[in-house]
Amino acid sequence: MSDIVEKTLTALPGLFLQNQSVGGPTAAKASFSSRLGGLVRGITALTSKHEEEKLIQQELNNLKATVSAPTTTLDLQSTNLVEVCMALTIVSQIFPREMIPAVLPLIEDKLQHSKEIIRRKAVLALYKFYLIAPNQVQHIHVKFRKALCDRDVGVMAASLHIYLRMIKENSSAYKDLTGSFVTILKQVVGGKLPVDFNYHSVPAPWLQIQLLRILGLLGKDDQRTSELMYDVLDESLRRAELNHNVTYAILFECVHTVYSIYPKSELLEKAAKCIGRFVLSPKINLKYLGLKALTYVIQQDPTLALQHQMTIIECLDHPDPIIKRETMNAVFSVGGDVMHPDIPNNFLRLLAEGFDDETENQQLRLYAVQSYLTLLDMENVFYPQRFLQVMSWVLGEYSYLLNKETPEEVITKLYKLLMNDSISSETKAWIIAAVTKLTPQAHSSNIVERLIQEFTTSLDTCLRQHAFELKHLHENVKLMKSLLPLDKSCEDMVVDASLSFLDGFVAEELTQGAAPYKPHHQRQEEKLSQEKVLNFEPYGLSFSSSGFTGRQSPAGISLGSDVSGNSTETGLKETNGLKLEGIKKLWGKEGYLPKKESKTGDETEAPPVPQESIMMENVDQTVAKKDPSQVPMQSKEEKEKQLLASSLFVGLGSESTINLLGKADTISHKFRRKSKIKETKSEETTTDQNIIRSSFSSSSNVTYEEDYCLDNLQDRGDKELKKFSLSSELLDSESLTELPLVEKISNCKLSAPSLFADNNMEVFHPPQATPASVANEISLAASLLEETTEHIHSDLMEVCNNEAISVSSYKIWKDDCLLVVWSVFNKSGLELKSANLEIPPAENFKITEKPGCCLPIIEAEGTKNFQYSVQMEKPFTEGNLSGFITYQVMDTHSVQLEFSVNLSLLDFIRPLKISTEDFGKLWLSFANDVKQNVKMSESQAPLHSTLKALQQELRLHVVDIIGNEGLLACQLLPSIPCLLHFRVHGDMLALWFRSSCSTLPDYLLYQCQKVMEGS
Amino acid sequence: MIKFFLMVNKQGQTRLSKYYEHVEINKRTLLETEVIKSCLSRSSEQCSFIEYKDFKLIYRQYAALFIVVGVNDTENEMAIYEFIHNFVEVLDDYFSRVLRYSAV
Repeated sequence: MSDIVEKTLTALPGLFLQNQSVGGPTAAKASFSSRLGGLVRGITALTSKHEEEKLIQQELNNLKATVSAPTTTLDLQSTNLVEVCMALTIVSQIFPREMIPAVLPLIEDKLQHSKEIIRRKAVLALYKFYLIAPNQVQHIHVKFRKALCDRDVGVMAASLHIYLRMIKENSSAYKDLTGSFVTILKQVVGGKLPVDFNYHSVPAPWLQIQLLRILGLLGKDDQRTSELMYDVLDESLRRAELNHNVTYAILFECVHTVYSIYPKSELLEKAAKCIGRFVLSPKINLKYLGLKALTYVIQQDPTLALQHQMTIIECLDHPDPIIKRETMNAVFSVGGDVMHPDIPNNFLRLLAEGFDDETENQQLRLYAVQSYLTLLDMENVFYPQRFLQVMSWVLGEYSYLLNKETPEEVITKLYKLLMNDSISSETKAWIIAAVTKLTPQAHSSNIVERLIQEFTTSLDTCLRQHAFELKHLHENVKLMKSLLPLDKSCEDMVVDASLSFLDGFVAEELTQGAAPYKPHHQRQEEKLSQEKVLNFEPYGLSFSSSGFTGRQSPAGISLGSDVSGNSTETGLKETNGLKLEGIKKLWGKEGYLPKKESKTGDETEAPPVPQESIMMENVDQTVAKKDPSQVPMQSKEEKEKQLLASSLFVGLGSESTINLLGKADTISHKFRRKSKIKETKSEETTTDQNIIRSSFSSSSNVTYEEDYCLDNLQDRGDKELKKFSLSSELLDSESLTELPLVEKISNCKLSAPSLFADNNMEVFHPPQATPASVANEISLAASLLEETTEHIHSDLMEVCNNEAISVSSYKIWKDDCLLVVWSVFNKSGLELKSANLEIPPAENFKITEKPGCCLPIIEAEGTKNFQYSVQMEKPFTEGNLSGFITYQVMDTHSVQLEFSVNLSLLDFIRPLKISTEDFGKLWLSFANDVKQNVKMSESQAPLHSTLKALQQELRLHVVDIIGNEGLLACQLLPSIPCLLHFRVHGDMLALWFRSSCSTLPDYLLYQCQKVMEGS
Repeated sequence: MIKFFLMVNKQGQTRLSKYYEHVEINKRTLLETEVIKSCLSRSSEQCSFIEYKDFKLIYRQYAALFIVVGVNDTENEMAIYEFIHNFVEVLDDYFSRVLRYSAV
């Protein structure tokens, strides 16, 4: 401030009030005024409480006389600057309305005073008059303009108070001043003011704020006026770089103004971006301000607020109730269905769970109920569907808090809403649910009955269902009341989620041959596996016709079928009949064997006998579910046993998998995701065992074959065993390169055929001397690697061989596709003619041959490469790509050799390099999401190791790390993006996937879990 | 717009109050007690703005002294928050000893 005297003077009244307690230090100032000095001296001389009171009383009387209207009027005319100043202060502080006319001319005169402090005080006094008696100062508006253009900044600033007030009341009368305000603001922002006006090196912040407010009022709904201020607003936004609270205050005001005036999209965007600086700030006051600013943004254009949705969601969980409430204001005012569903969800959860303070909860709920009811009262207003859903939930839950309005009235309102055609049936379902909650509280139920009548005939199944529920509950009021208690939305009701009371019914139906229930994922899986069977069959056929050509023996054929029968899940997929059996057991498992995991795990170790016992258990339990060990019942169930008997021949593996699948279903839908981890985990282990088992059993099946074959197989089995233990440490399918088998551990479903293809080849063709083939492989690899070094690729692995050739393959993970290279090595000393590799079209894959060496001849000891680029057409975990190679040796008949490679989803995942901002945009544009909490082992340094694992194993791109959260992005080739947001809470890891593809998040989640468990 | 201005010590006693709109004396005491209670109950991690009836309270703590400003909802909270600081800086400039020893 420019004038020290003025400051001291303004502080004096405060001192007067304080002087009882101030005492000593005030003495220093005593010389300032003799009267004050006298008072101070009087106070120091005090001896008793009574004397003190007397002195104060006397002093107050003196003061009253001093500040009385006549004295003040005299003072105003004084030539003493200090006296005039004091008088003006008194006028503006305590002057009564009736006295205004008496002093008004005097004060008007003071507007022309030579001293700026007097002019300023005069303006402030007039401002006060304007506040208490606006009519009386109407005639001096012209003089205000003069004050606005005063050469002293203080006077100008004082006049802004009046202008803000006047413009608020009637902005159209002051449009012509816009230019002046803009110029002033420009000067202030440009630092043209004396440095005295700086506050922490920010030029006159409060003045800026005042000006911005005025501009906001002037530019409202007025394009022409607004255009005048775009530049200066832009500059204000730009200038506010300094990281000081007061800059944020200016910035906030600026954002407010930008959103108040006629919109300019460029400016709106800049302002919205600015808000990011607030909401992301760790300083809570700034966060608050940011949220407040967000409400302005949302009112104007909800899409601009989308980039801050994550913050909104987080702020709803903020420990400070003030922040929460501000966030809710933002949510309240959100005007569109573009809003992310999590926001209203969190909002409702917040309402339901409440804060620590119970009364505050009730107030908040009541506030919500009341505001919603008022909103519903308004005619012809259209609200977003989601908003209506939130409304109906809140009304259903908390209307009981209302004193005035009865439940009937609320129901009537909701009913009116129901009859509205513009409301979606989903919202209607919400409304009926709300009505259902209110019905037990209502005394009369005419409307409810009308509603039931109307909606039990509704064409919408969901609505009809709700209406019927209401109808039946309505008939049994007691049940209804116990079912729908007040304010219990957070407490879990105990329900029999397994629907065990229906078990008898189900068992009966099953004995009568009814088709068993298949849960959704089971049906899907079946569908998938059927597709895979289709892939498998032609392969099997051609196999026996070519591979077995030389020595076709019945044993060989039986071996083939046995092999498939025993092989893990292929058995399940083999025929329809078998599959059905499997599922029947599943039903048996569903409600009855909730904790069979460990048991089945043990059982898979044992030979087929336990299978029967498992089944028997299932069967008993269908009947006597309360006692799983109750054996005598089983005799009554011979029939079921017979029905199920054929499934004895299903491989153990398929059984255990089904058990596990079934188990998951006993857990209510809500927790399914959670149980899935367990499920997949155990699935993995059992399937691992299955692989071993299947190879063992296949070896036992061929005991009547030649000895060396058996040995060979058993050797193989042993080898696999070793590999299994190895692979349990290295789950990553890509880093595993040794043999197809190892990869198959993460991929049990499809690997079996190729495994057996391999085995069979060895049965019928004496195995090659290993060292030689290894050497070949090495040389081959060396030759191949040269051309592919720029891309990441897998190691070379042999997929099939015979006496003449050996086919190896490897994958190159190019940025834009997966390249699979098959290299055919001619081991024989003879030239191979018309060598051709063919990959028949496979489902889920798009295969394109890359032109390579086209000569159909492979010379002796020569190698030929075939390259295929593969794209995944729709996401899935693992897939098998099979093909065959044909060649002719010395013009003899053509030989065909089958092979297959295994492709995993990860082969098609590439990092998606995007910025955090793009991530935010993409995130909001994706509708499909999957959330999952994963527990991590304690040894992990959570964030770091997880990131590393995800980056390395899954090839996710780390977009950003914010505190304990990470943003990752990847894409499924060719271009399906998938985003991952994860957050570490203690030893929990919350994963959240989003993608434009509905199935991709699920598959990726599965892969992630695999990685987590592996690391 | 600022409605009132309070300086309160940690014991909850009002040391200075200034009302810019007329409030009856007995109502002032009640209002001050409630305002002070709600300010004192807040931790440093919570934000400095509270809603109280029709007002918004903006408070700032200086050692044992609280300064609370009541504003209406058109006000810019951060501007007031910094205004408090400006006020304290001015006081400190002129009466540093007074403020430190005596205002509390």
